[in-house]
Amino acid sequence: MLNLNQRDTGTFLFVIIIAVLAPFIMNPFPTDSAMAQFNAGYPDLMQRFVIFGIFAIGFNILFGLTGYLSFGHAAFLGVGSYAAVWMFKLLSYNIVPALFLSVIIAGIFSLFIGFLCLRRSGIYFSILTLAFAQMSFAIAYSVLSNPKFNLTNGETGLQVYADDIQLFQVENLTTPHLFGWTMNTTYELTLSAWDFQFNVGYYVSACVMLFMFYISIRIFRSPFGLMLRAVKTNQTRLNYTGVNTRPHTLAAFVISGMYAGLAGGLLASMDPLAGAERMQWTASGEVVLMTILGGAGTLLGPLLGAGFIKYFENILSKINDNVLHAWFQYLPEWLENSLVWVLHWFTGKGWHLTLGLLFMIIVIFLPGGLMDGANRIREALRGRKAKKNLQTPVE
Amino acid sequence: MDALLLQILNGLDKGSAYALIALGLTLIFGTLGVVNFAHGALFMIGAFCSVTLNKILNLSSTTIDETQKDFLGNPLKVKTPYVESWFGEVAGQSIIEWSVPLAIIFAIPIMLAIGVIMERGLIKHFYKRPHADQILVTFGLAIVLQEVVKAFFGANPIQTPAPDALSGVLDLGGAIGLQLSYPVWRITYFFFSVIVIGGVFAFLQFTTFGMVVRAGMQDRETVGLLGINIDRRFTIMFGVAAAVAGLAGVMYTPINPPNYHWGMDFLVLSFVVVVVGGMGSLPGAVLAGFLLGILESFASTTWATTTIPGINQIIIYLVAIIILLVRPRGLMGREGVMEE
Repeated sequence: MLNLNQRDTGTFLFVIIIAVLAPFIMNPFPTDSAMAQFNAGYPDLMQRFVIFGIFAIGFNILFGLTGYLSFGHAAFLGVGSYAAVWMFKLLSYNIVPALFLSVIIAGIFSLFIGFLCLRRSGIYFSILTLAFAQMSFAIAYSVLSNPKFNLTNGETGLQVYADDIQLFQVENLTTPHLFGWTMNTTYELTLSAWDFQFNVGYYVSACVMLFMFYISIRIFRSPFGLMLRAVKTNQTRLNYTGVNTRPHTLAAFVISGMYAGLAGGLLASMDPLAGAERMQWTASGEVVLMTILGGAGTLLGPLLGAGFIKYFENILSKINDNVLHAWFQYLPEWLENSLVWVLHWFTGKGWHLTLGLLFMIIVIFLPGGLMDGANRIREALRGRKAKKNLQTPVE
Repeated sequence: MDALLLQILNGLDKGSAYALIALGLTLIFGTLGVVNFAHGALFMIGAFCSVTLNKILNLSSTTIDETQKDFLGNPLKVKTPYVESWFGEVAGQSIIEWSVPLAIIFAIPIMLAIGVIMERGLIKHFYKRPHADQILVTFGLAIVLQEVVKAFFGANPIQTPAPDALSGVLDLGGAIGLQLSYPVWRITYFFFSVIVIGGVFAFLQFTTFGMVVRAGMQDRETVGLLGINIDRRFTIMFGVAAAVAGLAGVMYTPINPPNYHWGMDFLVLSFVVVVVGGMGSLPGAVLAGFLLGILESFASTTWATTTIPGINQIIIYLVAIIILLVRPRGLMGREGVMEE
């Protein structure tokens, strides 16, 4: 199907099914049960799953294939968001021109940064991208928000005001929409105790994500993708054989920058607001975490990692001491209190600690990420010995 | 002229912090070949050593004084720090007042221990792994350390005052007829960092231990073949690097109240400093630290910010990018370090 081999078709179909049925799959617990807080089937979170999925898929094309570790990808996400909001301000709330411009601008921006940064490799490349991203952050945060030339609106964040131009604005559409379907429309379906929500914004983002996922499969399987893998494996050798690797790595950099820009544009489409903090280097670190956690260099890994991190960010940070006490109330009191005391550090506000620990554990014991873990379990079940070589890319 | 000197002074104290952190980073990189993203967190932990000592010294016993009344008419509760009751009032108070300089003594063993534990427990297993893995695991560690500190000390900056004798303003220009006064503590910080940097260099240059370490930096394998346990020395050097970062943090607390994300804030800048100085070059790191500090303070003058708005925010990155593209090995980088 679609020029994919059988295995990739399977993967793609799997992702399609998950994406379409997500409102059901993410909502396994009845609304009034105690487990309802583990439900992730609300529009805001599902949108973030797919949007950060796009971001991570794009990052994976650069890092997973070429091995160039960029610590500045959030800059492209931020640029995409700003571009999209500007389109809302100038044209209309229709998301098509917004997404179009955010991809283009992010592409141009990443072409410029990539051209300079890719002259160096290894740690120098990481630091250069980091420096560029921090610089963009500083510029967006303070320089471009002066009254004379206000492009980013600084700390407040760029948003659409009533007196903006909005040339093609349709009267009653005052939130982002796709030719009339507003992004925040949600249809609800109540089946006895379950309450399923179908959000237009989610399905639009999911369609975009599926398309981008398809492109990433094609890139992975193309001669271009093979070339990128060769860069990761042994760039020196490639140079000695007379191949100029720069155009290939630059293309990968720009493609992943465009993915990031698209993700930024979608973020702005779901909530028409763009702030500089999206460009900060911790945001770049987050996409690195997602990709590594899921499994760099694999097709499904980045999606999995993005979902995993966003899910736990939302769910763990909601678990406060009261919830913990409710869980352990059947235990003896001293045990309950001590358990709550221990878990207190890891949930609620302390969820970043859990994330950091989890991340360290993954990097130390499972360098291939969750996908590698799944593969090992599968192989162990089949009775074969897990592969000794940790660096083998898993598919 | 006054303004010029003032900016140089401003740059020197910011630069001393950069230089100290970058020195530690380069030490770790030059000896173990590990890119340590948790180094900023070590700086932050150093700062919180000083906070902790301050809190410990302020632990008080409460006694009820029947002769005095508080505003509600109840007997007044008098808090006396234990230090005061042990050493007498005058000595006790001055101990509390000098808590930041005292924290140096308190921080050195702690930071050494943290460094050694970190190296033996975690970094050791990452020598053979790619640099990307080292960056990632230390990045994770930095998040964990930061969150642990946040859990204990909260998210707000904590004031830790300098001792009175060192907290005023010093008139530097009087003797040479210039109007130039400057906070004493910042000058202290500069001299302190010069001493620490000098100490590290002297340690490497004039002791047998340092000689072996330098030899190991040149060629680890050969030193190992000569029957020297180079791993143990490198572990100690990791501890020393952690202590240098920690001391930089301890002394920085009166300049800027520490909070938990200090580590991340300084990390990015100090990495830029290291790369500008040249990976693996100790004098390069120090030079670049002071240079970028001074550049940053010159870019913050009103003249610069009105000419190019926001230049103070981006100057360091801008310079770093230019230097890396023009002189790929940095200012004083050695050949063959991290080339590929």
